[in-house]
Amino acid sequence: MADNTHEHAVISFKQNLIVWLWLIFLTAIEVFLGYIHLAVNLMLVMLMGLSIIKAALIMAYFMHLKFERLSLILTIVPAMVICISLLIIFFFPDSFRALNLRAFQ
Amino acid sequence: MAEAIKNEQILSAWGGGVRPYAVGDKKLGMWLFILSDSLTFAALLVGYSYVRLSSEVWPTPFSFSPSIVFSTVMTACLLSSSFTMVMAVSASVRGNRSGVVKWLLATMVLGAAFIVLHLIEWMHLINDEGLRPFQIPQAWITEFGAGASPLFGATFFTITGLHMFHVFTGVIYLGVIAALTAAKRTSHEDVEISGLYWHFVDLVWMFVFPMIYLLSIKA
Repeated sequence: MADNTHEHAVISFKQNLIVWLWLIFLTAIEVFLGYIHLAVNLMLVMLMGLSIIKAALIMAYFMHLKFERLSLILTIVPAMVICISLLIIFFFPDSFRALNLRAFQ
Repeated sequence: MAEAIKNEQILSAWGGGVRPYAVGDKKLGMWLFILSDSLTFAALLVGYSYVRLSSEVWPTPFSFSPSIVFSTVMTACLLSSSFTMVMAVSASVRGNRSGVVKWLLATMVLGAAFIVLHLIEWMHLINDEGLRPFQIPQAWITEFGAGASPLFGATFFTITGLHMFHVFTGVIYLGVIAALTAAKRTSHEDVEISGLYWHFVDLVWMFVFPMIYLLSIKA
C-alpha cells in the first residue's frame, strides 16, 4: 500500500525557511509597489509576475511538487495554465470592446 | 532497488494495480480538487477584472494606512501559517506525532487570526463605510464620481468571502487531522494532504491580495 514511502525527499528546515523568507520578501516588494503608486497597467503586470513567482515557490517547495514524479507535474500544471489562459483569452477582448463602445455613445 | 520498482511501475502502468503517478489515491484526489478549485478562483478573478475593466470608474477606496497595512498583516499571518504547516509535515516525516499536533495547532491559530482580522475589516467596510454588495457608499460616489461602479462590493465580498470560507474549512480540517494524529489514527500521507490544501489556500491569497487590495489603493 505505502508505495510512496521510499521517496520522501525531505526538505530541510533551512530550505523551508529560505523559501518562506523569499515569499515575505516578494510580498514586501508588492506592498512597496503599492506604496509608490505606479500606473495601473504597469502595476498589474508587475504584481502578476511577482505573484506567479510566489505561487511557483509555494507549489514547488511547500506543496512538494518539485519532488513528485514528472507525470503528476505534467498532469496538473499545464492543465491549470491552459485553462486559466483560455479564460483570459476569451474574456478580456470582450471587456475592451465594452470599453470602446461607450466612447461612441 | 528504486530503479527496479520504477521499471515495474512503468511496465505495468496500463495493466492496473499500480499507481502511475507514484502517489496515493487520496493525494491524487486532493491534487485534482486543487486543480478544479484553482479554476473556480481564476474564474472569479477574471470575472472581477472584466467588470472592473468595462466600468467607467472603478472605486479605489483603500488608503495605504490603515487598510493596506492591515491586509499586509493578514497576508503575513497566512504566509507564516504555511511555514508552520511545512514544519508539521516535516515533523510527520520523522514520526514525531506530538510535534505534528503542536505545529498543526500553530497553523490553526494563524489561520484563525487571519479570519478574525478579515472579519474586522469586513465589519469596518459594512458598518463604518456603508459598503453593500450592489451599492457603494455615498461618500465614494462623491469621491470617485457618479460613474463609480456599484459592483465593487459584489466582487470584493464574493472573492474574499469564498477565500475566507476556504480558510475556515481549512482550520476545521486541520483540527480534525490534529485530533486524529493525537489519537494515532493518521498516516503521514493524511498530514501531507491536509498540508496541500492549506498551502493552496495560501496560494490563492497570493493572487487575491494584489488584485483586490494593491490595485485598489487610493490615489
